[in-house]
Amino acid sequence: MELKSKTPTGPIEQRWDNHRFNIKLVNPANKRKYSVIIVGSGLAGASASATMAELGYNVKCFCFQDSPRRAHSIAAQGGINAAKNYQNDGDSVYRLFYDTVKGGDFRSRESNVYRLAQISVNIIDQCVAQGVPFAREYGGLLANRSFGGAQVSRTFYARGQTGQQLLLGAYQALLRQVAGGKVQMFPRTEMLDLIVIDGKARGIVARNLITGKIESHLADAVVLGTGGYGNVFYLSTNAKGSNCTAIWRAYKRGAAMANPCYTQIHPTCIPVSGEYQSKLTLMSESLRNDGRIWVPKKKGDTRSPEQIPEDERDYYLERKYPSFGNLVPRDVASRNAKSACDEGRGVGEQGLGVYLDFSDAIKRLGKQSIRERYGNLFDMYERITGDNPYNVPMRIYPAIHYTMGGLWVDYNLMTTIPGLFAVGEANFSDHGANRLGASALMQGLADGYFILPYTIGDYLANTKLEKADASNPAAREAEKGVNEVTRRLLEIRGKRTVTSFHRELGKLVWDDCGMARTEAGLKKALQRVPELRDEFWKNVNVLGGGEELNQALENAGRVADFLEFGELMCLDALQRNESCGGHFREEFQTPEGEALRDDDNYSYVAAWEYGGPGKPPILNKEPLTFEYVHPSQRSYK
Amino acid sequence: MKLTLHIWRQKSPNHIGRMVQYEHANVNPHMSFLEMLDVLNEELIAKGEEPVAFDHDCREGICGSCGFMVNGVAHGPQPATTVCQLHMRHFKDGDVLYLEPWRARAFPVIKDLVVDRSAFDRIITAGGYVSASTGSAQDANNILIPKRDADLAMDAAACIGCGACVAACPNAASALFTGAKISHLSLLPQGQPERFKRALGMVAQVKQELFGSCTNIGECEAVCPKEIKLEVIARMNRDYLKASWTERPEITRGDD
Ligand SMILES: Cc1cc2nc3c(=O)[nH]c(=O)nc-3n(C[C@H](O)[C@H](O)[C@H](O)COP(=O)(O)OP(=O)(O)OC[C@H]3O[C@@H](n4cnc5c(N)ncnc54)[C@H](O)[C@@H]3O)c2cc1C
Ligand code: SF4
Ligand code: FES
Repeated sequence: MELKSKTPTGPIEQRWDNHRFNIKLVNPANKRKYSVIIVGSGLAGASASATMAELGYNVKCFCFQDSPRRAHSIAAQGGINAAKNYQNDGDSVYRLFYDTVKGGDFRSRESNVYRLAQISVNIIDQCVAQGVPFAREYGGLLANRSFGGAQVSRTFYARGQTGQQLLLGAYQALLRQVAGGKVQMFPRTEMLDLIVIDGKARGIVARNLITGKIESHLADAVVLGTGGYGNVFYLSTNAKGSNCTAIWRAYKRGAAMANPCYTQIHPTCIPVSGEYQSKLTLMSESLRNDGRIWVPKKKGDTRSPEQIPEDERDYYLERKYPSFGNLVPRDVASRNAKSACDEGRGVGEQGLGVYLDFSDAIKRLGKQSIRERYGNLFDMYERITGDNPYNVPMRIYPAIHYTMGGLWVDYNLMTTIPGLFAVGEANFSDHGANRLGASALMQGLADGYFILPYTIGDYLANTKLEKADASNPAAREAEKGVNEVTRRLLEIRGKRTVTSFHRELGKLVWDDCGMARTEAGLKKALQRVPELRDEFWKNVNVLGGGEELNQALENAGRVADFLEFGELMCLDALQRNESCGGHFREEFQTPEGEALRDDDNYSYVAAWEYGGPGKPPILNKEPLTFEYVHPSQRSYK
Repeated sequence: MKLTLHIWRQKSPNHIGRMVQYEHANVNPHMSFLEMLDVLNEELIAKGEEPVAFDHDCREGICGSCGFMVNGVAHGPQPATTVCQLHMRHFKDGDVLYLEPWRARAFPVIKDLVVDRSAFDRIITAGGYVSASTGSAQDANNILIPKRDADLAMDAAACIGCGACVAACPNAASALFTGAKISHLSLLPQGQPERFKRALGMVAQVKQELFGSCTNIGECEAVCPKEIKLEVIARMNRDYLKASWTERPEITRGDD
């Protein structure tokens, strides 16, 4: 497999402009002759669908929820970055670019990141024009706040509901195109396979989740904006329906999967309370602006927090990182919480939690200011845990939050299958080994509003496509495969529920491929995951039929894919003999316990190629070069 | 704790549904309501019975997927809370609970507690947007918006489209939902050019979708998990009334 990144050369400031000038355009009158399938209606998919339709293409957009407005993007709380420098605090496109490359621990593509920083400015303009109610200052100008890992105020927000408001903006733009007849929307429809004809992506096989009907949809190109794979861990901050099925099936049809071992862990989530727990809830990172993180100095100290005197508390982040303190980046904060708990100093019933304490801030600023700043978060915490954080410290623990890996794409966002594109969290491109806060929303919208709609034209203008419809043998073959899997799942009628398998897989990958990884652990997981997968196919129990709404069946298909994906993730982690960002191999750390990168040997994107049924996947490498931001040890001391 | 659950079971839109009683002994007060149902479903599957279908996704009270009636109240007894954020500590050992799907002609039942809310999308399609194509926007700070207006717009924009307001309304009206979107956009400068056309389009769609008409009862406000206020309905009515007086059909002149 050849990885042609198509990254332009020349001065970094001009690369995107030059590239846009050089790519071939589709004449406006011809655009309406093309049809494009977009799977996903999150920030990336909805914005891409709306914009492609505005340009004149015919779009079919799919999502598994009952409405495109419910895509997982809706849950993002904190904000979206843009290099507007409205606060006059020294921000610039270059600084956002610099922070993002460094924050990604030098495992992202410089050209992509620069383009992202450049476009960030237009995203805010576009969203404001749509009527997204961003927070404002009294004079009517946009308000900003700062986020972990950045020293300028460049985050735009709409209360604690930024993702919701951005998604509603994109959803409304999408429905405007539905009204105009340029987008056909297919909610409650799940893509289950990719149709490849003559080596090019030409369509999808999808299941209507209400009737169970399996249907082929054909088009001139296919775009996947299907989100991340964080739910492989079972417990995560992702919505319950988030899954890797679309990208995994595309992988099995020939799309390379890049850096699957890079997962981001968010440090401030509400800890697990019991076995029945179904997901984890994120508490906004902004809490770290005023909350102080600590654990008891003594192991196994079960006293309640107010009984532990000041000198018996360990404010470990302030102690170890005096200049950043509680505001160190996510990977650093998460890892330190885990080691405190591993040492037996964790708090709460399960010992898997640390305190996030607001008592000093309340003393300093008064309860009222704290309420104004974080009131809704405090209420949310109380609703879930039953504890009142104005009186007792919150308990928090890290959780899986975002996945930096995904389908490999070139600078045009095209995968290794011609005609198959990937946008948003489904691709691997911009975040490297670690993502800074407020940059996923930015990337999803940059891809959907401003990049894909142009670059896809280059493909269409340069490619000769034969007519194809659902009677094509490739479509028939893919449909047959999908029907076969459904039939098998419904016939097993074993003893275990789908959820029990998912939970077991999640615990396995969390323990061995989660916040910290070791060679031995990964090898163990690589043995155990296939065993669990075998058991799944012999012993899972999926009731009901295929021709009706059957949530257990939907879930079974997704878990089956996670059981395959989890193995690739561990394999990727095992081959990367270094630590970087969210990938922390315990064997590779500095004497102070920080991630130790090996730029000489691992400065590459690991792009995995499907080897065929039962065969090992093949590792391809795209070397990364850094011309502008020179790799250095990240230090937050 | 132990609960007795009466749950609406309906195999498909064409089947007749009925209440089925379940004794649920494994309820932990820390569980969310949906986790309580997850555990019930695991037990049902173990017994070879089909699990109860219900919509959900984020489980954080923001996507608007979840929602059913708990003892006759949309999203259950806790104010300003979706059912995914409702925790079992608000119930007592031995409680008897009745779970039913949203009831409204415009929201047909698909299965068990799952209903079809696509009418909401069609209402938005009828004008609930600003026509701003990508790439034509001016600098964001050129549009000044007083903080108060931005805050009021955000209050209305917070609607999650769950449908509880419709389910709670004796007329099954969608006025709170529709009023929320109309208010969000009419409170902002960007929403002005299409303001009256929008109100006419959206209200006309509401009528087509078999929603009832609003008689200001206020049950919607009482159950809304996002505390959308009745004032959004007043704003919608004002815009609609004004639009009915002032809007003229658009005359398109051919190319000349
Ligand atoms: C709790 C939380 C808070 C966050 N906060 C922030 C923040 O403050 N700032 C920030 O920048 N980022 C944040 N993020 C990250 C960010 O929200 C996501 O990375 C981003 O929204 C992903 O958008 P997306 O469009 O790529 O995918 P998604 O929004 O996940 O959309 C996926 C879409 O694909 C569809 N789909 C998936 N599979 C299929 C299939 N097989 N068939 C049909 N349809 C399918 C789904 O229906 C959905 O429409 C947060 C994430 C979480 C979990
Ligand atoms: S107005 Fe309230 S109850 Fe109605 S759909 Fe919106 S959030 Fe739900
Ligand atoms: S599941 Fe999203 S609001 Fe309840």
